[in-house]
Amino acid sequence: MRTLWSDARHFQIAALSSLLLINFFSIDFGAKPLYSVLAIAAALLTQIFCTLISGSRRIDLRSALVTGLSLSLLLRADAAWLPALAGVVAIASKFILRIDGRHIFNPAGFAIVLLLSLSSGVWISPGQWGTSLWLATLLVFLALLVLQAAQRSDIALFFLGAHGALLLARASWLGDPLAIPLHQMQSGSLLIFAFFMISDPKTTPDSRVARLFSAVTIATLGHYLAFFMQMRPALYVALIALCPLTALLNRLIPAKKFAWTPTIQGASS
Amino acid sequence: MTEGFMTKGIVTKGFVTKTLRSRLKAGAAVVVIGAQLAVTSGPASAFCGFYVAKADAKMFNKSSKVVLARIGQQTAITMASDYEGKPSEFALVVPVPSFIQKSQISVVDTKTVDHLDAFTAPRLVEYYDPNPCEQNYPVLAFDIAPTARLGAVPAPPSQHAYPGVKVEARYDVAEYEISILSAEQSDGLIRWLTDNGYKIPAGAEPVIGSYIKQKMHFFVAKVNIKRFDALGRAYLRPLQVRYETNKFMLPLRLGTVNANGPQDLTVYALTRRGRVEATNYRTVKVPSDINVPLFVAHDFPNVYKALFDHAVARQNMHGVFVEYAWDMGWCDPCAAPPLRQAELAELGWGSGPGANPAGNSSALSGSSDAFVTRLHVRYDAQSFPEDLNFIETGDRENFQARYILNHPYAGAASCADGKRYEAALPERYRREADNLAGLTGWSSQSIAARMAAAGQPIAGAK
Repeated sequence: MRTLWSDARHFQIAALSSLLLINFFSIDFGAKPLYSVLAIAAALLTQIFCTLISGSRRIDLRSALVTGLSLSLLLRADAAWLPALAGVVAIASKFILRIDGRHIFNPAGFAIVLLLSLSSGVWISPGQWGTSLWLATLLVFLALLVLQAAQRSDIALFFLGAHGALLLARASWLGDPLAIPLHQMQSGSLLIFAFFMISDPKTTPDSRVARLFSAVTIATLGHYLAFFMQMRPALYVALIALCPLTALLNRLIPAKKFAWTPTIQGASS
Repeated sequence: MTEGFMTKGIVTKGFVTKTLRSRLKAGAAVVVIGAQLAVTSGPASAFCGFYVAKADAKMFNKSSKVVLARIGQQTAITMASDYEGKPSEFALVVPVPSFIQKSQISVVDTKTVDHLDAFTAPRLVEYYDPNPCEQNYPVLAFDIAPTARLGAVPAPPSQHAYPGVKVEARYDVAEYEISILSAEQSDGLIRWLTDNGYKIPAGAEPVIGSYIKQKMHFFVAKVNIKRFDALGRAYLRPLQVRYETNKFMLPLRLGTVNANGPQDLTVYALTRRGRVEATNYRTVKVPSDINVPLFVAHDFPNVYKALFDHAVARQNMHGVFVEYAWDMGWCDPCAAPPLRQAELAELGWGSGPGANPAGNSSALSGSSDAFVTRLHVRYDAQSFPEDLNFIETGDRENFQARYILNHPYAGAASCADGKRYEAALPERYRREADNLAGLTGWSSQSIAARMAAAGQPIAGAK
């Protein structure tokens, strides 16, 4: 057991798979099994292909599986090739777009933003999880498991804190009742973003202070895009736009580089 | 299910879909049509704006219909409601994203909105089992015609300057007197509205204040009784405003202020890419494609109302319900014929902010590519604290709220297959009863009793 849970991705895979099952069975207009299979298969195959070309002999599919699952949960499409393309784009971006020996963009987030900007056949469905409390609780529960395993997922909490503070500030400025920011915070999609996307340890800064800075910046940009630009995928766009900041922050505030497991350095990209 | 006995074909009042003609010729048995619904029987309601009454006349709104046509950032919003008070007491206050010119406002024929409502309405479809001993079936048809609703009624005049309040423009549009207001503070605006005969409910101030800070303008309308009388109409017509905005939303909040219980709103979104869904509330499908007992034919509006109530309760009143999502070019079955291009244009489809949809058909940019999504929301301030935000998806998959009546073969079926068929009927009826109980929450006994009275005795029931 100990070895099994020593890698945070195992938690992530279990959590994301559970969410995907809920999505299949209880959400209208939710994920389509075939599309999910295609997104995941494309991500895995691209990972294998890119690993082989890059000359590495150690193929690790766990990160790619996390990416494929994330895409399945977050991206909707009207044609089967689109989720497959998303899987390819996501993983290829890890191998191609790199600075200082690590990838720049959150792979799933990058694919989502790129496809949303290029194709009218894809969309996101941020309202799909509703605000059901039990689901929120479940998400938090699953996410906490992930947090415990990947110590630096504190960025998820920083982000939720910053996002919540901004929503509260906005409500207070507008004179809106507290019910409005609370409703906005209860979004299941927001929790998925916070716990499974922004907290991807490979694309978050190494030092805690930098992670706090990064989280606040993403929340602020996301807030601007959502409320002033009326952009629906505001958080994804904010995240991807600010991913390059991570490399800069790592240079300015160096700290120990992340590895999925303490013993296997750089097990996967 | 009894699929094996069914052949499809649809007939509606004066209209047979092309695709179905051939099937009818081929010997189909069938029928039917939509009905008009729930919406008309719901409790008090208002809509994205609110109705306010002059004097102390009781505010009374049942349900509202909003057609939201949107291509890119070009948006046309057509508002109709079941206002049943006096026209002189009708008043409407709607936040709009920008200043509105006169050319951006028009009045829409009630029939056009009703047509769209009928086209997208939840529908009942009937199938007639063929003689289980033969291969020839009869063709029958009947029609539960949708009923139309509309309404609204006016309030009084206005004048003068108030601190921070700017009357940007005043227009006379058909029976309406419209003012476009901007304001810096909610109290000034509320004073202006009050002094001009708009009765503003107590809780409106913070909501208005919030819209003011979001730089919204206010579209304020009441009825000019002289013109209304001169027009000789029985009802107020729906008002349409067209503008360009990046905000794809409906301001619900003002409508909850004077609400007397939850309200119903039906949104008919016309878009190009595909289905529309809410981004800040969960969008769900109403249950559909379910076989129900035959007596439902005579009570469909009530059945659908109960069904919708039940669906709302299951979502704890947090859901936005899709009742229809379909390409505007066709339908199957058709609860009403698809809208003509001129009707779509009247609803603002393909027209820019300055276009005159009534007269200028060149403003059309193609109507057959419209995709309609019918969303039904029951809301109050508690369940829907925030305005409704939308997103247009690329999903063009069709969905309709459709309930199936399956008439058993009425003649004598003396062959062995016929005996088996007849023996299986009570069990089939029981399933229909269970379906209806599950849909509406009605008790099995009451359903069984109504079915027995309609000649559908249930297996195992006395």
